[in-house]
Amino acid sequence: MNGLIKHGFFAHLRHDLRLINRRRGEVASPLIFFVIAATLIPLGVSPEARVLSMIAPGIIWVMALLATLLSADRLFDADYNDGSLEQILISPQLLVMPVLGKIAAHWLTTGLPLTLVSPLLGLLFSLPSEGYGAMMAGLAIGTCCLSLLVALGAALTVSLKNGGLLLTLIVMPLYMPVLIFGTATAQYSIDGLAWDVPLAVLAAMLTMAIALCPIAIAGILRLTTMN
Amino acid sequence: MTVKKPLLSVKNLCFRRDDTDILRAICLDIDEGDILQIEGVNGSGKTTLLRLLTSALLPSQGSIQFCGKFLADCRFDYLSSILFLGHQSAVKMGLTAEENLAWMTGLMKHSESISFALEAFGLKGYSDISCHRLSAGQQRRVALARLMLSNVKIWYLDEPFAALDAQGCALVEKCMQRHIDGGGAVVLSTHQSVALESLRRYSLPALNQHELY
Amino acid sequence: MNWNWFYRMGSPKWFFYTTSRWLPWLGVLTSCLLVTGLVWGMAFAPEDAKQGNSFRIIYLHVPASLLALAGYFLMATAGAIGLIWRMKLSFMVMKCAAPLGAVLTFLALFTGAIWGKPTWGSYWVWDARVTSMLILLFLYLGVLALQYAFQSPEVGNKASAILALVGTVNIPIIYKSVDWWFTLHQPSTIKFTEAPSMHPDMFQPLLVMILGFYCFYALALFMSVRVEILHRERKTAWVRDLVSQEAKEREGVNS
Repeated sequence: MNGLIKHGFFAHLRHDLRLINRRRGEVASPLIFFVIAATLIPLGVSPEARVLSMIAPGIIWVMALLATLLSADRLFDADYNDGSLEQILISPQLLVMPVLGKIAAHWLTTGLPLTLVSPLLGLLFSLPSEGYGAMMAGLAIGTCCLSLLVALGAALTVSLKNGGLLLTLIVMPLYMPVLIFGTATAQYSIDGLAWDVPLAVLAAMLTMAIALCPIAIAGILRLTTMN
Repeated sequence: MTVKKPLLSVKNLCFRRDDTDILRAICLDIDEGDILQIEGVNGSGKTTLLRLLTSALLPSQGSIQFCGKFLADCRFDYLSSILFLGHQSAVKMGLTAEENLAWMTGLMKHSESISFALEAFGLKGYSDISCHRLSAGQQRRVALARLMLSNVKIWYLDEPFAALDAQGCALVEKCMQRHIDGGGAVVLSTHQSVALESLRRYSLPALNQHELY
Repeated sequence: MNWNWFYRMGSPKWFFYTTSRWLPWLGVLTSCLLVTGLVWGMAFAPEDAKQGNSFRIIYLHVPASLLALAGYFLMATAGAIGLIWRMKLSFMVMKCAAPLGAVLTFLALFTGAIWGKPTWGSYWVWDARVTSMLILLFLYLGVLALQYAFQSPEVGNKASAILALVGTVNIPIIYKSVDWWFTLHQPSTIKFTEAPSMHPDMFQPLLVMILGFYCFYALALFMSVRVEILHRERKTAWVRDLVSQEAKEREGVNS
């Protein structure tokens, strides 16, 4: 049957990655924001290594959070505007699969690069050397959660002209548990505690988010796209 | 002449939003070989009707039956046998015409049928050019080239002639004629007159908001 | 089982006329409870050994916080009922519960700040419960903002109902993680006097106040839902009849 698209998870993932690959600037901008906004902190707070190393995990996490928010419009906006989302809604498959594919593509182009760049910020903030591994592990899992949550907000605001600010308001409260346990993972390893505990909690949250978010997003898209 | 097999039967379809009737009591029958033009003034709900028919929207009342079964019971079967082309043509600017068609139809990128369809729609030399460099009419043609490649039963075309020149319109008409000759059905909304003899018209009344209460 | 009562309850007209009969009673009950509780709590309850008179603000603070949280779940439940059974009235309840809950959450935070100054020495402390309350306020604001962001009230209703439901799944997680975060960072200077050992003389007026707040919440919710009903159903025959009847009565009084 070649009349209507029946693309699953991997097809959408590949398709989205290819599209993003054609517009590489968009991938770079959250990353650049991540680094530049973080460099403002020492200017605003203090250049002292002692102070900076204390707040480093928190700063890096808050910046990662803002960077994922910044890239939220990449998830569904283009598809909404050119009519692709409408086509996906009436494709003969469970809506959850394309949604998950899109979220995975979003994470691969936002969360993953952020995780990879984070050691650089760690250096800028004199993060103690014990913290790097835990911070990256936490970011890798945590940004996955963030991508799922931001997709929820993006789906809710997809049909709105100026949805960006509203998206922030919607998603921020949902981010808080991730922020808490993400920062704690890095902090625990710096303090010499068992950092796999908060990491495990993060992973548990991710499991739950993967199970529930796509279903909610599919329902939301059916509602907001046909507006 | 053979008896036409009924495809779609729409009974008493209503759609309300915010306590306002957008569509009221729509009854339609679509058989194999039918071509149905939905007419109506702006705002009479043509797009909404098409969205209801493609089951992107759920009706407030009424039922749609596909081959004798209610849509809720055969949604996937139904969705695999329809094609919908909306106002927005779902053409990705970042991809080439070829890639777009391959994505939309699920065919291989360099397959012969795709280059044949592109050639038929006058896009022969443009197949590997990124779509943002094409004109609006050419972009529309990329989307419409899907019609050449589809083997589904029912086409839903929302304003298919928008942004097309006379030659493009004739091409689309030819596609539609071939489709209905092959036992398919077409439902389209357009303000243009369509030069197909078997065309049926369905006029949507303009609903007066005040007479609702 | 007969579900007629359930669907009848979904009818705005039925709701409007039934609550018309309840409202006076509820109003009297609310004012009795609130006045009794306030006078009892403010004037007659014994002074706290450590905090002196400043503790008396709990008679506003505790009921407001309780209702703020309970109100969120009521809002989400109403939203869920609306989504599942497509009940218009249920969405109206949800829509009216949002600003009410937001105001109560703000009241809880505000009274908490007033209480915090003499007790902890500062208006704001990043305590687990205070932080959770703040996040609850954000959740409320999100639902409210989403509600009004859409051109179509129906889409706004459904979208914010889904968001409220997502929030309900998240609230326990948020509360637990904020709790955990707080034990991680707890500064040693702040000590909390827990309330279970509260003297009955202090506790009884608090109970009356909590009851009073519940009644007040119901009263406020009913009244705003009634306004919403009149607004949404303004074109229907029964609302028109009601309005013209009211206008006639008023003319009769004036002349």
